[in-house]
Amino acid sequence: MTSSIVVNVKKKRITELLASGKRTDGRGLTDYREIQIESGVIERAEGSARVRLGKTEVLVGVKIATGSPFEDVPDKGVLTVNAELVPLASPSFEPGPPGEDAVELARVVDRGIRESKAIDLETLCVEPGKLVFVVFVDIYILNHDGNLIDASTMAALAALINTKMFKYTVEEGKIVKKPGYTPLPMTDYPISVTFAKIGNKLILDTWLDEEQVMDARLTMTMTKDGNICAIQKGGGSGYFTKEEIVEATKIATEKTAELRKIVVKS
Amino acid sequence: MPLFYEKKQLVAPGDLLAEGDYVSGDSTYKENGKIYACRLGLVDYDGKRVHVVALKAFYIPVPGDTVIGKVVETMPSGWVIDIKAPHLGRLRASDVVERSFKPETTDLPSIFDVGDLIIANVVEYDRTRDPQLSVREPGLGKIMRGQLVEVTPTKIPRIIGRQGSMVGMIKRETGCQLTIGQNGLILISGRSPEDERIAVMAIRKIEKESHTSGLTDKVTEMIRKERNAVESK
Amino acid sequence: MQLKANKKKTKRERETMTNKKTETLIDKKGIRLDGRKVDELRPVKMEVGVLPNADGSAYLEQGRNKILVGVYGPKEAHPRHIARQDRAVIQCRYHMAPFSVDERKSPAPSRRDVELSKVIREALEPAVFLEYYPRTSIQVYIEILQADGGTRCAGINTAALALADAGIPMRDLVVACAAGKVDGKLVVDLMDTEDKVGEADVPVAFMPNLNAITLLQMDGKLSPEEFETAINMALDGCKQLYAVQKEALKSKYVSVEEDKEE
Repeated sequence: MTSSIVVNVKKKRITELLASGKRTDGRGLTDYREIQIESGVIERAEGSARVRLGKTEVLVGVKIATGSPFEDVPDKGVLTVNAELVPLASPSFEPGPPGEDAVELARVVDRGIRESKAIDLETLCVEPGKLVFVVFVDIYILNHDGNLIDASTMAALAALINTKMFKYTVEEGKIVKKPGYTPLPMTDYPISVTFAKIGNKLILDTWLDEEQVMDARLTMTMTKDGNICAIQKGGGSGYFTKEEIVEATKIATEKTAELRKIVVKS
Repeated sequence: MPLFYEKKQLVAPGDLLAEGDYVSGDSTYKENGKIYACRLGLVDYDGKRVHVVALKAFYIPVPGDTVIGKVVETMPSGWVIDIKAPHLGRLRASDVVERSFKPETTDLPSIFDVGDLIIANVVEYDRTRDPQLSVREPGLGKIMRGQLVEVTPTKIPRIIGRQGSMVGMIKRETGCQLTIGQNGLILISGRSPEDERIAVMAIRKIEKESHTSGLTDKVTEMIRKERNAVESK
Repeated sequence: MQLKANKKKTKRERETMTNKKTETLIDKKGIRLDGRKVDELRPVKMEVGVLPNADGSAYLEQGRNKILVGVYGPKEAHPRHIARQDRAVIQCRYHMAPFSVDERKSPAPSRRDVELSKVIREALEPAVFLEYYPRTSIQVYIEILQADGGTRCAGINTAALALADAGIPMRDLVVACAAGKVDGKLVVDLMDTEDKVGEADVPVAFMPNLNAITLLQMDGKLSPEEFETAINMALDGCKQLYAVQKEALKSKYVSVEEDKEE
């Protein structure tokens, strides 16, 4: 991290503005930056989407392969989510295997998709115990300007909605492709909102400066009928009170519905 | 203005000790007018000052302390000393060698080498830099012989005793030389290994029973019993 | 430190794991697989100062969980680039022994181990006076010797004790407990089968003095109202475990009531 003197000055300005309900870029406490979503940008992937949230940019590609199911769930397809904080996205990202931030990001996005049953994994079973479809969701961070989690969840969701699987029949235990495509069967559309705590204020969609001074963050992922399917507190050595969490839940219910409309419509 | 514990009661981190117009002392902190313990230990009140005598705490250097340390690195400018504190101690070459010393021609490892034990004073320490040590005063410098015993630093005052009464007694009864480092390291140098062993036993006993009374007498008795057992062999 | 083997899985437990039938998790009388009611914690035992080499250590058993934590530091941060000029850093490693689970687990850190190490570190940091020891690191090694659900919470409880045992100044102990939804009912302190087959799991870590929640996660599906109830149940569990932590710390020195020095 660069000299903490700079961070102190930033922190002071951000905190002062927040005390009067303002943010450095003029947004309200629960306003998101401009969201741009483009789907189907990588033709060789079965599904893809590029999301820009302010200057944060995330690309998600979905690849579908076949493989064997897990032993304890022989009748379900497999979902795996991976995230890479590619070095070109930020001076603070280094090449190498995924570190704890990349792992956490992937697992939080995974939780949202898995626990909401966004993809009905049973429909991905070809032959129980032997052959299933494997859905790879790979998150590629292209530019880091804060709030990677929400941008990634939206991009993953848009990419899955965009995903098309080839039609097939099963002959002698093998998959034979048929002409045509069907969309990946989806039953839910999980959306996450990530709160940052600065001082005693809760704000949504932090940009990089705000993220560097926040005390803690809380991500809530909700399903289309307003249930919570994933929560993750992280991002700092701060804490939340129970009252703040209850308040956050109320804001999340409203906000995830708003964001979902934007993603599903695109 | 309530106090929530009695003197010398055992408290744990997070225990609320006092509320109101009090001052927070060692191993406590104050928040919203309340004083909490931040270490496990015995609480004590001294007028308005509330503090906890921690049962276990690591050594934090204080300028003026005498410490015993191990040389872990030699550099052109001096030595790095492990004094069992969160930060390593620094001993400048200029503290030991003539003012006009030349790093290229002076062989620092021949003075103190990695693995040597030294007795030094802490001359400077603030949180932004490592503690600075000095061996200028007489009685400081490299340790040539003896046995090293390690105790938790909070027991050092008990081992010294009021006005040195405890350590003085051990010296007399065992005939050993004892050099006590505030950082919990004690150097014992005696006429025979048996004498040194008895001195170590005495220190361990004090460490274990530091909270009891009549300890000086008990330790004296133990030492004398041991010496008799040895002599009668 | 006494390691004692408990009873192995009951028939009801084994069947539930294989069938994955949520209906068998809680029977008609409201009794769970291990005989508990929905608001009961597993029996717990904590011990402090169990490892001679570590600066601080603790051991905990909760149901079939067996957790051992060793703490070293504060000491010079290595490698240098992880050191912070303004405060100490906590290096936390959550690790499961290969024999801790039913199917042998590879000793190499899994992605779950990486995530848990991170969230546990973030749960402990607010409690420690990190700003007192800049440029140092405090190492917390959490070893799960046997696992049966709720190991991150049990790990936090043990780590807090080990930090206190090391004489590291803390604002408060950190205490953790999970609540969740099993067979349609909200329960506290989920064991492994309940976590795997149940509908939701909400681990919570808490510092009672500051009313501070330092770890909060959830997976599964809960309505906002159920979620709030679950947090309350977890916090209740935390309060009970907090008392056990204090007792464990103090009982190590129970004979210490210092008389006047002569």
